[in-house]
Amino acid sequence: MVVARSWGRLSADEHTLSPLTDHPPKALALPAGGSGLAHGMGRSYGDVALNPGGTLWLTAPQDRMISWDGATGELTCEAGVLLRDIQQTFVPRGWMLPVTPGTQIVTVGGAIANDVHGKNHHARGSFGDHVGAIELLRTDGAHIRCGPEQHAEWFAATVGGMGLTGVITRATLRLVRVPSAWLDTETLPYDSLDAFFDLADGSEQGWEHTVSWIDCLSARDKGRTVRGIFLRANMAAPGSGEASLAAPAPSGRPLTVPFAPPISLVNRATLRPFNAAYYHLNRRRAGHARQHYVPYFYPLDNVQEWNRIYGRPGFYQYQCVVPRASGPHAIAALLHEITAAGQGSFLGVLKTFGHRESVGLMGFPQPGVTLALDFPNRGAKTLQLFARLDSVVAEAGGRLYPAKDARMPRALFESGYPNLSRFLPFRDPGIQSAMSQRLMGW
Amino acid sequence: MQTAPHFNTIVIVGATSLIAQHCARQWLQASPARRLVLVGRDAARLESVANDLRVRAPQATVDVALADLTHAASIETMAERVQALCTPDAVLIAHGDLPDQAACQQQLADAQAAMVVNGLSPVLCAEAFARAMQPMGRGTIGIIGSVAGDRGRKSNYVYGAAKGLVERYAQGLQHRFAGTGISVVLIKPGPTDTPMTAHLKAGGARLASVESVAAATVAGMQRGTPVVYAPAKWALIMLVIRSLPRAIFNKMDI
Repeated sequence: MVVARSWGRLSADEHTLSPLTDHPPKALALPAGGSGLAHGMGRSYGDVALNPGGTLWLTAPQDRMISWDGATGELTCEAGVLLRDIQQTFVPRGWMLPVTPGTQIVTVGGAIANDVHGKNHHARGSFGDHVGAIELLRTDGAHIRCGPEQHAEWFAATVGGMGLTGVITRATLRLVRVPSAWLDTETLPYDSLDAFFDLADGSEQGWEHTVSWIDCLSARDKGRTVRGIFLRANMAAPGSGEASLAAPAPSGRPLTVPFAPPISLVNRATLRPFNAAYYHLNRRRAGHARQHYVPYFYPLDNVQEWNRIYGRPGFYQYQCVVPRASGPHAIAALLHEITAAGQGSFLGVLKTFGHRESVGLMGFPQPGVTLALDFPNRGAKTLQLFARLDSVVAEAGGRLYPAKDARMPRALFESGYPNLSRFLPFRDPGIQSAMSQRLMGW
Repeated sequence: MQTAPHFNTIVIVGATSLIAQHCARQWLQASPARRLVLVGRDAARLESVANDLRVRAPQATVDVALADLTHAASIETMAERVQALCTPDAVLIAHGDLPDQAACQQQLADAQAAMVVNGLSPVLCAEAFARAMQPMGRGTIGIIGSVAGDRGRKSNYVYGAAKGLVERYAQGLQHRFAGTGISVVLIKPGPTDTPMTAHLKAGGARLASVESVAAATVAGMQRGTPVVYAPAKWALIMLVIRSLPRAIFNKMDI
């Protein structure tokens, strides 16, 4: 038994680790009566990829690419291949993942199981929109090959299915052509929620990538006045020299947070000055710039083990999406609560989603606006704040993101994911996670 | 000043080992238009590794060669077949299998098999390719040894003895080729983790990643460094272990 943690470092439970080393894996080893769960890079924040006392099938050894079609951009690979490897291999050839989350140190299997999204949701949807086929291995030894047209019900259950329908062993992804490895970006400061929504709506046409950083402690006027930085970008046109496909990422030496301090380095004393400095620095930098895709998409990947800055108690991330109609009101209410509580961190993200649902039954992205914030774990105080945020989200008809969650109440899960009853029949009886036990009873 | 060699053609014996796979990826990432010949005993596994490399580097030529590496005659045949196909600039000998020490003490057959696959077989492979490189007077032979070969320990001396054999053999080859354009590089990895699972080993000693060991192997072969510890800290650790007086060493539970 070995201690396995997830990215939020909230728990340290023992697991039996079982690396999947056959290509493809022949069977999923389980002790009698035990349960297992696929586990990739451990980058989800809460308990979606943990199975305390049970088995974790490690997918990292499943890192081989299988085939590539340079005419259609279809890549078939094993589920443990990292998004980083795909980007590094194909960007120089003029192809890129159409959807990428904020870190590239995640596996293809994890990206599908959590139906991850990126800054271009309004243009490209989520990760599952670009998956052509999935191969699933079930604990009874069955192999199921599914896709949008083949066993579509299995496909819909598996995209965003939190790894509970079987172990994803292989997938076929459709990459998109890119003219360069660089993005033309524009940075725009804003000082109210209305201004944010104007920018977001005005950028949907003409800008592939939109996101904003929000100062979660700056809300006044019931949350309607809040400062932030809006960032929009498009892939840059092909050019010579620095804008070429082959131009390598500007290499910074990776930094490592060497250990988790006893208390969070993100606290009342540090947060306000940091947020103010960040806001004013970016306001001064407002305008147009050109940036390589690596620092643009993955700003934190260069700081290894950054999750340690929240100290030994670990941290939560709270990410919700609320429908657009109730969105402005709900976001204002959430920000008001967070500012009043004085919690939160500098990694606040506010972004609108496009008008499309996930192809997965349990996929998180839906039309509306999403807010994501880290919170150092301060015990009951933090959980009480979450309870207040939950009631705002529930009232607005929103949902929380399982990949980030470690504590949402079952009622909020059930109201947020109305397809749950259609999903449950596809679960593999030999697979469970701490999250599935918490939210589905087993 | 001598320029660093460029390996256009690289033979990898034991190509399905993790360190070998990552060396191959790093070689092709640095320079995709190379020829690799992957040698191993299992056709399906070799083909899967070759496929991965072909997808990653379409300009590369990746061939596979099947061989039973436990017999002198089949090693000889394999080397001849490979040399009929290409003229290797570099050969990496990477196969091995960490045996169960207790089983080796119980079953002499297990000990014998471990000695063959970790000791005898790698040196016979090295000899077969050294023979072909000698008349050309240039080339690089990399052999994966182990820190376990530096001093016999009760917890894995069968493996350690086999790797010690590899070390003595590499020394002899280095002596034989001193002053020629042929480099012999012995790579001695410390305990190595399966890829990217280090974050799960909370509490215990941090194991080196396969990627970092592969990077040290690729760099060491490029430079022609006679002995490469991977990661480098093991040079110091093993210096201490080798220097400990027997009276103290024998009291240690390692």
